[in-house]
Amino acid sequence: MFHRESGYYKTSYAADMALYPLPIARWTVAAVALATCIAPFVLHEYYVSILNLIMVATVGALGLNILVGYTGQISIGHAAFMSVGAYTAANLAVRLDLPFWVTLPAGGLMAAAIGAIVGIPSLRIKGLYLAIATLAGQLIIEWTINHVPWISGGAQASIEVPRPTLFGTQLKTQFQLYWFLLFFAVLAIVGTLNLVRSRIGRAFIAIRDQDIAAEIIGINIFRYKLLAFAISSFYAGVTGVLYTYYLGIANYEQFQIVTSIDYLAMIIIGGLGSILGSIFGAIFVTLLPIVIRLGMENWGSFLFGDADIRNLIPNLRLILFGGLIILFLVLEPEGLNRLWRNIRSYFRVWPFSY
Amino acid sequence: MAAGQVQLRVERVAKQFGGVTAVDEVSLEVREGEILSVIGPNGAGKTSLLNMVSGFYKPDRGHILFEGEDITNLPPSRIAELGVARTFQNIALFKGMTVLDNLMLGRHVRMKAGVFASFVYWGFAQKEEIAHREKVEDLLEFLKLEDLRKMPTGALSYGLQKRVELGRALALEPKVLLLDEPMGGMNQEEKEDMARYVLDVNEERGTTVILIEHDMGVVMDISRRVVVLDRGRAIAEGDPKSVQGNPAVIRAYLGTKASGKKAA
Repeated sequence: MFHRESGYYKTSYAADMALYPLPIARWTVAAVALATCIAPFVLHEYYVSILNLIMVATVGALGLNILVGYTGQISIGHAAFMSVGAYTAANLAVRLDLPFWVTLPAGGLMAAAIGAIVGIPSLRIKGLYLAIATLAGQLIIEWTINHVPWISGGAQASIEVPRPTLFGTQLKTQFQLYWFLLFFAVLAIVGTLNLVRSRIGRAFIAIRDQDIAAEIIGINIFRYKLLAFAISSFYAGVTGVLYTYYLGIANYEQFQIVTSIDYLAMIIIGGLGSILGSIFGAIFVTLLPIVIRLGMENWGSFLFGDADIRNLIPNLRLILFGGLIILFLVLEPEGLNRLWRNIRSYFRVWPFSY
Repeated sequence: MAAGQVQLRVERVAKQFGGVTAVDEVSLEVREGEILSVIGPNGAGKTSLLNMVSGFYKPDRGHILFEGEDITNLPPSRIAELGVARTFQNIALFKGMTVLDNLMLGRHVRMKAGVFASFVYWGFAQKEEIAHREKVEDLLEFLKLEDLRKMPTGALSYGLQKRVELGRALALEPKVLLLDEPMGGMNQEEKEDMARYVLDVNEERGTTVILIEHDMGVVMDISRRVVVLDRGRAIAEGDPKSVQGNPAVIRAYLGTKASGKKAA
């Protein structure tokens, strides 16, 4: 009934290493999967569009968490890697008329290559200095895309992209896009779960925890740091492509430094080094501005005038955002994931408190 | 136990830090399958020597050859891949990870799964994980750590952490094992256990062991040969007995009468 290990005996190493060894955990996953499949049928299109945004953000947050949470290398250039993916895919789709199953991996790979280059300084520098180096990467990429018409398509640095086509039908409605995005979100989640529990992921965690010890057991630190940057940027690139297909347009304004900070907020609020945390963070950060807007529109008039509300909504988002990050760093540095685990272990030992 | 041929050759290596000469033209031959102890007073250059063998320091002069190959300028990860494992004086475990994960990490160089295989997992990576898990379980059994396999190493006692670190080094299936004070800070019982493990590893697996240790009782009991360093120089070499009686060694440890130092 509860999330308890007692009474379940594993008879093979495969069972011991399963993603969800406990029946209750498997049931939970099944229930969530069922809910995700029913959701688009019962929800209004507006809410489906929010779910779509969450799924796009999940892929990006997972990617950043691989780099920051698992490998311990900070990056403020995540949004720039998204833009690399977005513009690569947009150019391929518009100029060569390529389908999404070509542009999507191409965007990811291009972002991975650029990400690995931006990650080169990570061999020598750590922490704050690496943050500044990746910030430079963000600004350089942003500038380049904005100022090279060959990449950005000229006017407003934006390229209109036709929506993806699957089996001859173009995915136009939010309902259709939902399934398209869900596929990639699930792929990213399962892939990341697998990655961090096997050889490559363990090496990443080793580098984060103890780089000297990692080296002595034969992990080539430089190679693995670059690999982490490449994988993380691949996710970012794919996120950029998905976002471009979702919006129907590649636009650099979606991938500015504020977006990088948003994604960092996702993994900090959700939980560094946690996959569930990445998902929680993506949900939280995507919903926050929407909840604020709804709240202000409905109840703001008790406190403020109409003009004030319109001014307040975007700023309130920033204020709450900053406040929440501080709150989480101080009170629960391990994020929403930790809160969830606390709740779970409360019931695990219930009715005792230890 | 017949000593094999020379496996590791240290040729006149020297290392300076600023104006301090840590290691001064030390030469050393380590034979396959032996237990060689490196002893000496604090600051004699023992750990510096080990750091050069495992690739953390590059010597200013001299060469280090492992099975005929010059490893002087190889990075530590490459040297580990060749089969040289080590432990650290002040324990360098992955504290947040379980004992099991620490040992699985020790098998990193013996595993092959790449990014794609890891991403897919089911298939190659899973098979590989299980195969290597079996080897790790054997090691856990050997080191009597089975009941602690899912414990985070940071929560273990000092003596157990040292044992896990030995396990992680052994997981690499090393040809040469470098142990930097594996018994430091242990009580008598833990020391005896550790000495037994080192002997077993040496006898059953034929692993060559290079040991830095301050406990003379242990050193004299388990080593086949002893090298004494003092102020960066090798001042004596030989079997435990002869080294013990060597006047230069006694002088290094206890000082001379003229200098007026008293025996501790």
